[in-house]
Amino acid sequence: MKWFWYASPQTFYPLAGQFARWCGLAAVVLTLAGLYIGLFVAPTDAQQGEAYRIIFIHVPAAWMSMFIYVVMAFWAGLGFAFNTRLSGMMAAALAPTGALFTFIALWTGALWGRPTWGTYWVWGDARLMSELILLFLYFGFMALHASIEDPRRADRAAALLALVGVVNIPIIYYSVKWWNTLHQGASVSLTAAPKMAATMLTGMLVMALAFWMYSIAAAMLRVRGIIRERGA
Amino acid sequence: MSDFFHMGGYAWYVWGSYAVTFACLALEIILLVKRETKN
Repeated sequence: MKWFWYASPQTFYPLAGQFARWCGLAAVVLTLAGLYIGLFVAPTDAQQGEAYRIIFIHVPAAWMSMFIYVVMAFWAGLGFAFNTRLSGMMAAALAPTGALFTFIALWTGALWGRPTWGTYWVWGDARLMSELILLFLYFGFMALHASIEDPRRADRAAALLALVGVVNIPIIYYSVKWWNTLHQGASVSLTAAPKMAATMLTGMLVMALAFWMYSIAAAMLRVRGIIRERGA
Repeated sequence: MSDFFHMGGYAWYVWGSYAVTFACLALEIILLVKRETKN
């Protein structure tokens, strides 16, 4: 079957290059479209003024930070269970991009929080803390992986960490429901005129799709580097 | 046009978010492309 054929790093290598090229191209087009909608088409928010435009990158980046972790843990778990080489490489290739989006979510969240809540950061807020823990989980995964010389053993050890850390994802997601946090559930007022909400939502979804394509392209380029460096 | 850059007084917050985000992504792309062309 074809799927097993591509499970080998050597056969996957050129396919990863194609993925990187086309997803990278899609990311550029979608980012330009998303920025145009977010910065020019979407009207000023009635309550937050122009500061709300930060959410066009904040929300998609926060989604990606969580989603990449789940995909990373999935590949890590697959590699742990079936000892397939490519799975561990995929997990290792996703970690830096996931960490990057986590940092972006935290950074843009702070810059949004200052004009909206009056503070850049709150220690002890469940949503902020669990997202910060996510950043440390990514760093922990990368540090642990880098500290073990044998790549197969590094894959296995880092996979355990990735799998244990998955419990943090539903905590991030439900933190605004489970605890009374400063971080509200929905940052955009949908009670305004439906047309206005629609362009805001469109801008956010287009940016989310752009970050998706970017993440696939980045992970595919990185997995190519890993395949080359491991001499697989 | 200057209204656009002024962002209703939220220029630092809005542009600080967008600039850092795209700087981060650009840096990752540069590192990945360097790695791709190096070996």
